[in-house]
Amino acid sequence: MSRNLLRLATAGSVDDGKSTLIGRLLYDSKSLFDDQLAAIERVSTERGGDAADLALVTDGLRAEREQGITIDVAYRYVTTPRRKFVIADTPGHVQYTRNMVTGASTADLALILVDARAGVSEQTRRHAFLATLLGVPHLVVCVNKMDLVDWSQERFEEIRAEFAAFAAKLTVGDLSFVPVSALLGDNVVEGSEHMDWYPGPPLLRHLEDVHIASDRNLIDARLPIQYVIRAQQGLDHRSYAGTVAGGIFKPGDEVVVLPAGHTSRVREIWGPGGGKVDEAFTGMAISLTLDDEIDIGRGDLLARPGNRPQQGADLDAMVCWFSETAQLRAGGRYLVRTAAQTSPAEVTAIDYQLDVNTLHRLEDVEALSLNDIARVRLRSRQPLLFDPYRENRRTGSFILIDPVTDQTVAAGMVTGRDTGAHAAPATVVWHRSAVGRDDRAHAGATIWLTGLSGSGKSTIAVEVERQLVTAGRAAYLLDGDNLRHGLNAGLGFSAADRDENVRRVAEIAALFADSGAIAIVSVISPFAAQRAKARTTHAERELPFHEVFVDTPLPECERRDPKGLYAKARAGELPGFTGVGSPYERPTDADLVITPDLGSPAEIAAHILRELGIADR
Amino acid sequence: MQTGYELSHLAALEAESVHIFREVAATFERPGLLFSGGKDSAVLLHLARRAFWPAPLPFPLLHVDTGHNFDEVIEFRDRTADRTGARLLVASVQDDIDAGRAVERPGGTRNPLQTTTLLRAIGEHRFDAVFGGARRDEEKARAKERVFSFRNRFGEWDPRAQRPEVWNLYNGRHQQGEHIRVFPLSNWTELDIWEYIDREAVELPTLYYAHRRRVVERDGMLLSAGRFITPQPGERTFDATVRFRTVGDATCTGCVESEADTAAKVIAETAATRLTERGATRADDRISETGMEDRKREGYF
Repeated sequence: MSRNLLRLATAGSVDDGKSTLIGRLLYDSKSLFDDQLAAIERVSTERGGDAADLALVTDGLRAEREQGITIDVAYRYVTTPRRKFVIADTPGHVQYTRNMVTGASTADLALILVDARAGVSEQTRRHAFLATLLGVPHLVVCVNKMDLVDWSQERFEEIRAEFAAFAAKLTVGDLSFVPVSALLGDNVVEGSEHMDWYPGPPLLRHLEDVHIASDRNLIDARLPIQYVIRAQQGLDHRSYAGTVAGGIFKPGDEVVVLPAGHTSRVREIWGPGGGKVDEAFTGMAISLTLDDEIDIGRGDLLARPGNRPQQGADLDAMVCWFSETAQLRAGGRYLVRTAAQTSPAEVTAIDYQLDVNTLHRLEDVEALSLNDIARVRLRSRQPLLFDPYRENRRTGSFILIDPVTDQTVAAGMVTGRDTGAHAAPATVVWHRSAVGRDDRAHAGATIWLTGLSGSGKSTIAVEVERQLVTAGRAAYLLDGDNLRHGLNAGLGFSAADRDENVRRVAEIAALFADSGAIAIVSVISPFAAQRAKARTTHAERELPFHEVFVDTPLPECERRDPKGLYAKARAGELPGFTGVGSPYERPTDADLVITPDLGSPAEIAAHILRELGIADR
Repeated sequence: MQTGYELSHLAALEAESVHIFREVAATFERPGLLFSGGKDSAVLLHLARRAFWPAPLPFPLLHVDTGHNFDEVIEFRDRTADRTGARLLVASVQDDIDAGRAVERPGGTRNPLQTTTLLRAIGEHRFDAVFGGARRDEEKARAKERVFSFRNRFGEWDPRAQRPEVWNLYNGRHQQGEHIRVFPLSNWTELDIWEYIDREAVELPTLYYAHRRRVVERDGMLLSAGRFITPQPGERTFDATVRFRTVGDATCTGCVESEADTAAKVIAETAATRLTERGATRADDRISETGMEDRKREGYF
């Protein structure tokens, strides 16, 4: 009997039949007890119904009933032989964005209800957007009340097409549709006699089948230290306890203790109660010892020397404002709490607010109120260790606490370091700088790493950057994926958008190179034309451009599959994925070709700098 | 063993609870753990000890003693404190009754009176965080409570002013005199608790397992005949093989007929049962639809 745990958030209003659906799920899966059912039947009768109204299962507090509203996230539990489900049931109306964010923050899957008669509504779009904003990897759209549209396949397909068209604008990892009637139970736990045209499994079966193991980040090792365990029983014991926030730790692994930067090796790892652990991975609560005596405490974070989180006091982030009484304005001071750290912080600017219904950006916003979502800049008094939220939900998230009222006033997702980059309007004319290129301390250049997803580009790029910075050079990593969070956030994965993505990266790289820095670009850039254009962009400005082809064979990339993308592409979920559904045009005129046999990322990075003659210029 | 880098549901729940314990130990001055001797508090203590292994428990246990306890529970409480080396503090409801701070209710149950004693003890020991074994699957008021649940200076819970709890970033900030109730078992169900008791061989008071006992049937519940329950006219006592699903105030906690004398057998029964543990055996929760919500607002566990 080995079950695993799936956390899901439900979104939708009473009108969509969400309460009935949850009631049905609990009832048909036998997660509801007779006395609960008896209570529901009693209340149903009192309120004039003739059968048990399953929606009452989720009936909440008296304070809510008196006002006919749902004010909060309620948690429900369903256990089947294969999985335990933790259901965060969130109310659907616009004023409850806060609750949806709360429920979705830890969810593996979001269940979005659509009334088959009404179709995709503004609310549906909002829920889908919030789920993707919070990085929920799986979306399931339940088209409910199929009984009221005569079990029409046509209607279902219409809604599916409409939703899919909208979802194309979002970053949705995995999207499924299930036609159900929560009232009658069709396709909830049992199949449906009325919809033999629907080939998929009923909802509960689908929830049992969803593959979540690949969702977690097993690449970027991160351990925020929570607590130091000290004991004097015979031997002095001093171990560092925390919950693994990414990757895998093993005894013998070399680790770096941040922010101090000391390196050591993991000696021993224990699970709760002292059970020896050979491999500690994301989600495990562990404690460990190191080979060297280093002063480590709460707020420190362990990572691998070649794969560190970002570090900095200035962040760009999306925030959802939670306070009913206070507003967020530029200059507001809070405590920022991340997985590892707590520090005083100031919101230095509100870049724009997002209209959660239209996804439009509202510029020049002075203040945020309850449920508003905005992109802000945050300056922390103490440098923070973080990863972009899209790469790691545990190390990319934070809350803001009002130091006066002690309230949690915002949830935040780091998009990246604050680079201050803003698009200039078309009317802006180019200003020539008073500083010439020869006046700068170093000559800039761009190192352009191209290769398949999983080829190791980014890992090598991180190492190149590190070695350059260590050598005292200004260097900056421009990662294609990272830029999609900010500069290129509006771009999708159509051919035109991918071209535009590469064009922008090339422009930015040229600016960095022009400033005297080494821009290290890591972007798939699968087409020869894209790379040629990037080279031209630099040549026009007389800037050195080094194309480095990271030539890792496709089978090897697919075996590594660090983000699980190949698996998804093979499953048909990522059409147009390079190497699977779309070609990668191998460079024929690269300045340097890197093959995996050249050694570790550090060795390869040194090789690149040597071969290109950059380090000593 | 774990395979494929996936945690079983029990391992995931354990990790979440351990994380919560460590978070509190790292960020609060004076935590305490409510220990009633019931199965949930036995699991709570077991998890707490595992969170800090090999160090001793970094906080004391607090028992709010109604004076209406089953003997087996008190014996288990004392033995457990001895065995684990934990410091045990006992706050007695009787003291508050004697001092006039609490008044006996008709029917004799002392469950609601515990609130007075609990809040007094929290004040006296200056606890700023108090661990409780409440679970969200128990009751609908609990279903909406946070893991870190803020209490004002009067110990009151305001369901409308709860702090949003996102990711596993908990906010335990509070002012002097206020405190946080912390519920590491929030996401556990009764079945999870029993599966964990089985996996970890967590020791429980003997009354959780099937045994012969003299009982009296009242309001559809079986109550233990003896010191706290005397048969009313028209009621008769009889011997039955029973076990308790919860152990609260002995004047209102019933038992169920059962042959389950091991955790594994209890699991089999729990998986098949059609009644919640509170609905089946707790008269105090049957009083009204909002019984728990009202008591929680006043500062109950």
